[in-house]
Amino acid sequence: MSHLLAVRKLTKRYRRGGGVLSESPGGSDFTAVDDVSFEVAAGETFAIVGESGCGKTTLARMLLRLIEPDAGEILFQGKNILELPAEGMRAERRQMQMIFQDPFASLNPRMKVGEIVGEPLAIHEAKVGKAERATRAAEALRRVGLDEVALQRYPHEFSGGQRQRIGIARALILRPKLIVADEPVSALDVSVGAQVLLLLQELQQELGLTYIFISHSLPVVAQLATHIAVMRAGRFVECGAAKQILQHPQVGYTKELLASVPEIPAAANS
Amino acid sequence: MYIDFAEDLGKAWRCHYDFGVNELLKVNGLTVELATPAGWVRPVNGVLLGIGAGESVGLVGESGSGKTMLSLALMGLLPPGARVSGEIWLDAAQSTQRNAEESRNLVGQTEEEWRAVRGREIAMIFQEPMTSLNPVMRVGAQVAEAIRAHEPRIAEAELQRRMLAALEQASVPEPEVRARQFPHQLSGGLRQRVMIAMALAGRPKVLIADEPTTALDVTVQKQILELLDKLRREMGLGLLFITHDLGVVARIADRVAVMYAGRIIEQGPTEQVLEAPLHPYTQGLLAASPKLERGKLVPIPGTVPQLTALPPGCSFAPRCAFHRMECDARVPEFRPSGAEHAARCVLV
Repeated sequence: MSHLLAVRKLTKRYRRGGGVLSESPGGSDFTAVDDVSFEVAAGETFAIVGESGCGKTTLARMLLRLIEPDAGEILFQGKNILELPAEGMRAERRQMQMIFQDPFASLNPRMKVGEIVGEPLAIHEAKVGKAERATRAAEALRRVGLDEVALQRYPHEFSGGQRQRIGIARALILRPKLIVADEPVSALDVSVGAQVLLLLQELQQELGLTYIFISHSLPVVAQLATHIAVMRAGRFVECGAAKQILQHPQVGYTKELLASVPEIPAAANS
Repeated sequence: MYIDFAEDLGKAWRCHYDFGVNELLKVNGLTVELATPAGWVRPVNGVLLGIGAGESVGLVGESGSGKTMLSLALMGLLPPGARVSGEIWLDAAQSTQRNAEESRNLVGQTEEEWRAVRGREIAMIFQEPMTSLNPVMRVGAQVAEAIRAHEPRIAEAELQRRMLAALEQASVPEPEVRARQFPHQLSGGLRQRVMIAMALAGRPKVLIADEPTTALDVTVQKQILELLDKLRREMGLGLLFITHDLGVVARIADRVAVMYAGRIIEQGPTEQVLEAPLHPYTQGLLAASPKLERGKLVPIPGTVPQLTALPPGCSFAPRCAFHRMECDARVPEFRPSGAEHAARCVLV
């Protein structure tokens, strides 16, 4: 088993239009993700970069079967998870967790942080007692740099960066192997976003995590990625080692994306 | 505790626009106060800023720095109950040449007086054009409405011609076709172009752009930045470009003002501020900004202070690696480094 994750010819189509007011009453097919294949080895950070509507979020969600693909295979540790029944999938999902973009929308405002972080344990390891759940939640919070007094508080009492840390703690509590991070820093301020990127780096080194990192921002991706796939209109237009893509892009679209990034001139004194 | 600005004015340093000849907008000691359950707070605190004709000034800050509240104050759009003090001089240089009495302090104007300024003298575009456009009205009609608001007696044929010219000026391709479409039929970039066409309909002298490209893809962002740059040069617009992105500032701005906790803490020519930042906060922002090459990101420790609990001296002191005793004594005044570059920091 060479790869932690291997994706083969993954495809998702949506029916578009077809309403009574539509010009084409039958509707037409729109392929959000089109025949995408890639492999990710354990410990790598595989980044998927693209502009809005390119299909990167649909692809990310399919990897966890939050959206069901129409065709293709997702091999996680050699096992095609698309063939798994609900029960089997639940067992696999423990090892695959997701971090979302908006730390304000992804945390239940009526639950205390301790319950939010401990919830995956309650679902996947029901036999774990309440006391141990609290201990593990506190441990997960410590790992992301939050004090355990946070356990008794509600999400609104935290800043955006702290909420993103809570989301990361929740993703870590089941000790997953793979984390799919969908734009984890794009809603955050620059100084706070850098804190979260560094935290993700540290966690990867400590826990040997593998990341699928979805982003619209090449500079953000450049900080973490070992591999980069550039996505456009549902397809990978270019995919390779991060250094190769950033320094020697082959495809016109990748070059255009790189040239569009507003760059900060190098500081003279740093 | 509102002492720092008055002292600044008395000190030797003046930014170059203080005696600029073609100065359009001059903001002096502008302070906005809002009532909160915890007492009055100052989201804008003693701001000193100037914009010349055809000049582009980048206003940089993170969320809560007060940059949006400052732009609303410049438009007279503050929430009810806000207290404003200080001065906003429009077209100051031109007025002094003719007649000093003609130059007006916009602070304290009535709503009716503001209405004559908004759109006509100072116009604004926002981050999300979809929320500013009427979803059930064709975009051509919306642009025409903006023109008619400023010229009620305009003839219908002339109005149509001006509407198409406005769309064309904002580089909307096929303006006749687009004018008949509704906002949802346009891409985000085209919607922002329509907003720019509407903002320029009243032929304003100053355009405030509040994060106008933040919601757009990078390739579209590049086009909008190029358009704004072209327009301000062609029309001699004073452009105040508000953003959190230092890379965008590097592309669009002649000068940069960095805002933190309601105060401008550094300003100067763009290259000088980005390549040789004076204030530790500006240095921190630069070190925390991801670049295209992998480098060591250095986050700024801690978080932005609450406006209800600002430190007594420099607002950045609690997060600052160079913090010393004198930083807590009082708010540092602007100290110059060269003719045009200055920062509120005791280290300068």
